[in-house]
Amino acid sequence: MANVFSNIGEWVTDRAPGLMPVYRKHMTEYYAPKNFNIWYYFGSLALLVLVNQIVTGIFLTMNYDPSASGAFDSVQYIMRDVEWGWLIRYMHTTGASLFFVVIYLHMFRGIIYGSYQKPRELVWLLGMLIFLVLMAEAFMGYVLPWGNMSFWGAKVIVSLFGTIPVIGKDLVEWIMGDFLPADATLNRFFALHVIALPLVLLLLVVLHLAALHEVGSNNPDGVDVKHGPKGNRWDPTKPADGIPFHPYYTVKDLVGVGLFLAIAAFIIFFQPTFGGWFLEHDNSIPANNLVTPAQIKPVWYFTAFYAIVRMIPSALGTAVWGVLGMFGAIVLLFLMPWIDAGKVRSIRYRGTGFKVALTLFVLAFFGLMLIGTDSTAELIPMFFGANVDVTAIENLFGRVMVLIYFGFFVFLWLYTHLGWEKTKPVPERVTTHD
Amino acid sequence: MIKRYISLFALAFGLMLGAAAVIAQESPALPAAGNNLRDVASLRRGAHIFFNYCVGCHSLKYMRYERIADDLGLTEDDVMNNLNFTGAKFGDPVISHMPADDAQKFFGKAPPDLSLEVSAKGADWVFAYLNSFYLDPKSPIGWNNTVLPNAAMPFPLWELQGVQVPVMAPAKPGDDPQIEKLSLLHPGTLTPEQYQQAARDVTNFLEYVSEPAALQRRSYGIWVVLFLLGFTFLAYLLKKEYWKDVH
Repeated sequence: MANVFSNIGEWVTDRAPGLMPVYRKHMTEYYAPKNFNIWYYFGSLALLVLVNQIVTGIFLTMNYDPSASGAFDSVQYIMRDVEWGWLIRYMHTTGASLFFVVIYLHMFRGIIYGSYQKPRELVWLLGMLIFLVLMAEAFMGYVLPWGNMSFWGAKVIVSLFGTIPVIGKDLVEWIMGDFLPADATLNRFFALHVIALPLVLLLLVVLHLAALHEVGSNNPDGVDVKHGPKGNRWDPTKPADGIPFHPYYTVKDLVGVGLFLAIAAFIIFFQPTFGGWFLEHDNSIPANNLVTPAQIKPVWYFTAFYAIVRMIPSALGTAVWGVLGMFGAIVLLFLMPWIDAGKVRSIRYRGTGFKVALTLFVLAFFGLMLIGTDSTAELIPMFFGANVDVTAIENLFGRVMVLIYFGFFVFLWLYTHLGWEKTKPVPERVTTHD
Repeated sequence: MIKRYISLFALAFGLMLGAAAVIAQESPALPAAGNNLRDVASLRRGAHIFFNYCVGCHSLKYMRYERIADDLGLTEDDVMNNLNFTGAKFGDPVISHMPADDAQKFFGKAPPDLSLEVSAKGADWVFAYLNSFYLDPKSPIGWNNTVLPNAAMPFPLWELQGVQVPVMAPAKPGDDPQIEKLSLLHPGTLTPEQYQQAARDVTNFLEYVSEPAALQRRSYGIWVVLFLLGFTFLAYLLKKEYWKDVH
């Protein structure tokens, strides 16, 4: 048997001599720093979830009906009559939420260890593009079950484009293909969700990894192993503090994968709606353009950005500022490599100002999520009593959070470009070398 | 290293428990339904009440008779003789006989399909709703409900629960009087405790109907999670073995 495999291997290598070098470049001879910590699991986990979404998505399309009259029924058909349909659907819906959990942690890792700094700007930009496409992908996927939240969520989000002066109204109709989210909207969102955006996503992921493997991975110390001493057990010309990605990080990631899947399985089998956070109660009611849900809010992973739209007031007769603010919040993340001119990468050696600012930034992000999920409507009376003006307190709190969010980028620019940051000395090599 | 994994594990499950606590507190205004999907006897009693009192108006269009028989451990004869009064086939979904147009005329609003009622509103809500009907001469149908004010639904379970009337709280001058609680004017065929259980059984049945897969996923779930934790442990041992020479 082993003979057969090696014969096949030889046969392929004879005809495609370029394949093995590619495999070696990206796996067995890709030397990654040996000091990756827990934050470095989320890249491979994101890839895992992407594969899960594609595979479960394929099976869902086999029974899903992308029409306004049939979509809702077909989802219930999948949940009840399709063999294992409930499992496939819960894997897809849980995967969607966990995708964002993993991506947010992956992005946060990039920020704390300065992984976007030179020479990895391109890796960061491609990653941010992935995030952007993923948001579009998730939004359109959310519309497909055609529940009442799907309908009203689609209406609100598409209406955001309506705030653009002059062309806004026509643009909204053009996007929806109707005056309201309708059959035409559902058809095109289905097409975009199952083929167009996944193709873009896959291409971007390939480019993201290719760009990473050109420059090499960063690490928790933020030192460049490529500039350190040379020579390891496998290759005298390669970094001394690097180890082959395969098998070292493949077996290590396997541990992360196991734990991640155990958590995902716990949710899928015991708490698939996650108390209405992953699958919302109002989406168990079919789309109805005459009945507005008590509160229209996006799924949890969009709520921070949605809160920015809500908190920025209209001015000069247009509400476009909130929408600009929301897109600006994402554009600024794109620009991180140029906003942050820090001399060191890792938070381990950065100045106190950076640590404080980043903590506030994270708190502001969670604060905005509280507003976007409408949790503030319950929390404010709890803390300030039932008779207070909830909207006034929410606006004050929310606007402070918006200011902190944007203030982080302003501060970081000033802090690093004007040389205010007092950094600690960075070691020559990763701290765990022998 | 292993300490780190343990703490991560603890953190993850701590978060999970926290989330479960949040889930449990979701509707603090309503008392807990206290139903249990694993109580098959309760599901059967709930089905019995549903098919005797509710299906006249409400359909379960996503639920097939055959599936109910399978999941509740009933035979085809049980279901066809005791639950199915519409002449539908065993493999058909549960569709009420009331024509939608007539229903619209009778009640002003067609009775909703209840297939996903518990998914949409929650078990606690359904349980509270079934407990909160009262006599209201001002309502066109003679009944009202404190959980869903001005509900268009007459109370079909009155002969079980009896007839409730509102007890008004003393109102401040200028305010409309508010209902403080409901009290039983005429007792029904069931005692209040028995009726609570009946309402719980119907709620339980409707929770099952809104997601029949819930019965399966819980029984598979524990094995899947245990398998994955075992896999994680083996993967950890493998990783340790490979990493022995990395310092």
